[in-house]
Amino acid sequence: MQLTEKIERVDANRDFSHLPENVVLFARLLRRAGMTIGTGQILDLIRALDLIDFGNRVDVYHTARVILVGRREDLPIFDTLFELFWNARTAEILEQRASELLPSVGSFYPIEDCIPDQGNVDESTPQTVQIVYQEAGGDGDEADEDLEPQTKVMLAYSSDEILRHKDFENYTSDELQRARQLMREMRWKIAQRRTRRFEAHQLGRRLDLRRTIRRNLRNGGEVFELAHRRLRTRPRPLVLICDISGSMDHYSRTLLQFLHTVEHGLDRVEAFVFATRLTRVTRQLRTRDPGVALTEVSKAVQDWSGGTRIGEAIRTFNYAWSKRVLGRGAIVMIISDGWDRGDIATLRTEMERLQRNCYRLIWLNPLLGLPSYQPLTQGIQAALPFVDDFMPVHNLDSLQALGRHLEKIEGRRPTRRQKPGDSATNGAGTSFRERLLAARAAKAKTAADDAPPTFLYVDAPTTSNERRR
Amino acid sequence: MNVPASIAEVERALRERHYVAERGLATVIFLSLRLQKPLFLEGEAGVGKTEIAKVLADLLNTDLIRLQCYEGLDVNAAVYEWNYSRQLLHIRLLEATGAHEQEALKEIFSPEFMIRRPLLQAIEDRDGPPPVLLIDEIDRADEEFEAFLLELLSDYQITVPEIGTIRAKEPPVVVITSNRTREVHDALKRRCLYHWIDYPTFQKEFQIVTTKRPEVTADLARQVCRFVEELRNQDLYKLPGVAETLDWASALSTLGAVSLNEELVVDTLGTLLKYQDDIQKIRAGNVGPLLEIARATNGEDRAR
Repeated sequence: MQLTEKIERVDANRDFSHLPENVVLFARLLRRAGMTIGTGQILDLIRALDLIDFGNRVDVYHTARVILVGRREDLPIFDTLFELFWNARTAEILEQRASELLPSVGSFYPIEDCIPDQGNVDESTPQTVQIVYQEAGGDGDEADEDLEPQTKVMLAYSSDEILRHKDFENYTSDELQRARQLMREMRWKIAQRRTRRFEAHQLGRRLDLRRTIRRNLRNGGEVFELAHRRLRTRPRPLVLICDISGSMDHYSRTLLQFLHTVEHGLDRVEAFVFATRLTRVTRQLRTRDPGVALTEVSKAVQDWSGGTRIGEAIRTFNYAWSKRVLGRGAIVMIISDGWDRGDIATLRTEMERLQRNCYRLIWLNPLLGLPSYQPLTQGIQAALPFVDDFMPVHNLDSLQALGRHLEKIEGRRPTRRQKPGDSATNGAGTSFRERLLAARAAKAKTAADDAPPTFLYVDAPTTSNERRR
Repeated sequence: MNVPASIAEVERALRERHYVAERGLATVIFLSLRLQKPLFLEGEAGVGKTEIAKVLADLLNTDLIRLQCYEGLDVNAAVYEWNYSRQLLHIRLLEATGAHEQEALKEIFSPEFMIRRPLLQAIEDRDGPPPVLLIDEIDRADEEFEAFLLELLSDYQITVPEIGTIRAKEPPVVVITSNRTREVHDALKRRCLYHWIDYPTFQKEFQIVTTKRPEVTADLARQVCRFVEELRNQDLYKLPGVAETLDWASALSTLGAVSLNEELVVDTLGTLLKYQDDIQKIRAGNVGPLLEIARATNGEDRAR
């Protein structure tokens, strides 16, 4: 998406004839950053700007804000872009600044145009990266003060760009602060489940008799108009089970922050943490202020950074909680690196049971972000066959990918094998990445076992066909 | 209404109707009847929650109106519905007789055309004492349904937009049960007396088995109850409830058993445990030790 219009800039001479174009341009800029702006709002704004002193920046700001911003989360985006727009003197400058800024601003919103693929981010924003290297180089502080305000903004967002790819593990405390901010701005949406309750809807397939009769009373009871209804949908409940054992130390703080944002961003979320034992932290996380919430959580948890017993934890969950929180087609996310010091057989049994009881079981592994990582630990090996999605969670980018995934979860349960124990995974219902990883793991494993090469790709259909022949 | 005068009287009245209640439960029933507040019973499956409503109806000599909850339960199924086909017919009739006016048409939203569902039935005027209203397994209904209940439970009234507010002359006795498959909203709980029904003690369960299944010999009943009690201390996914104990006692008695032995237990374990994992676990070597405990206590009891 390109902003191609020329700004015949509403400049010091204040040429009002271009007001509508500029408003539209501004609205498009906001949309590009993921905000929802309707045409009605644009028209309202044009009308409203007519009523105020257009030269007064504060008035214009508040007028535009009150009309265009409908959610609190959008305020920082709006502020940044307003600043940018107000200061840009030509369309070129605006376009340039916007393109520097928007990949990161827009990135948390599911608009395909402004989300760069993981692969080409660096190509599309080379300038940004350069600037940040400069800043990171140490001469940033002094230079900062001389910079114009909009450049500062840009710098902040450029470092966000880096931040998004940076592993949580390597965050400095400042970066952690900033990441928290960014996480708070993320919006969470989750796949819908069809309920058994009806809502009035003209495109519904069932007849709504009550409304039909009422509506047609004014025709003297002659039925001219039919009212319909359809099944209502609601977001699925989400259950988060997060590992806070010693091996997850570098990630725990950030991930708890993540739990907090999800808890507040979605309707029905249950959160648990575990190292050697499972603690429910839903109530603690409900506290609005993340700092206070995290303190509450650490008060409630007694096994911070302890050893890991995933199997035991999931077992406790299955026995004590699953019946209470897994109703209504819940999605379960386990966040752990899979380093398990407990009983592997228990882990296997309990994962199997958990998968049977939930609509979708997602395993988030921070280590999956490492290019060399292979899911070979016993824990992961035992758990993987029962996991529907195996995804990384090591930086903001991966969280964003997770958000997109959650939103897209289909209305149908993933096909699960009757006996998933034999080989890691099969094709149906699993992501390509997962299959790839599983294949890689299987390959490495067999190679390690010095097995004859014929068993290398047992799963691949071509091989089995050949063998049948 | 014939409300028992004391907790002890409630206990006795329940026992007369073959319901063996712990003192706590008797207390909460007594209070619920006296304060005219709904009774909210929570507990594992098969501990006799639903049964209480039936016994209460019998005790108060009144009708039991039961509303089984399920997902998607709505006003149409729980409170009232208009009789659409009758409404349509009536419109035709009005046409035929020429009384085709707006005023006449309004008649079709009068009580005559209403189909009364359990909740409305429970608060409508009736001859005799107010009924017992059982709202069973409310956790199966969705949150929206709980909202309907709030007005009913606090004021014993229901508002029908076309007619107005219908209020109970004498409030019904309301019993709500939940298996805790989800948390019920605080607003609803606040309007009720809450009671958690636990598994009974050995003594109580023994009483229950002997009262409800008189055909089971005392020795067998004692062994059965002790065995089940021990089973509940095991690490199982789903523990057996009282209903399972009764089933098992019946099953054993049908097989002509007078005492437990390993073969019998293994063969009939399916009446007690409903998860394959649990059954396997117990079969794989726990039956022996459990039996020993069950038999040993039997001896003790006899010695006493």
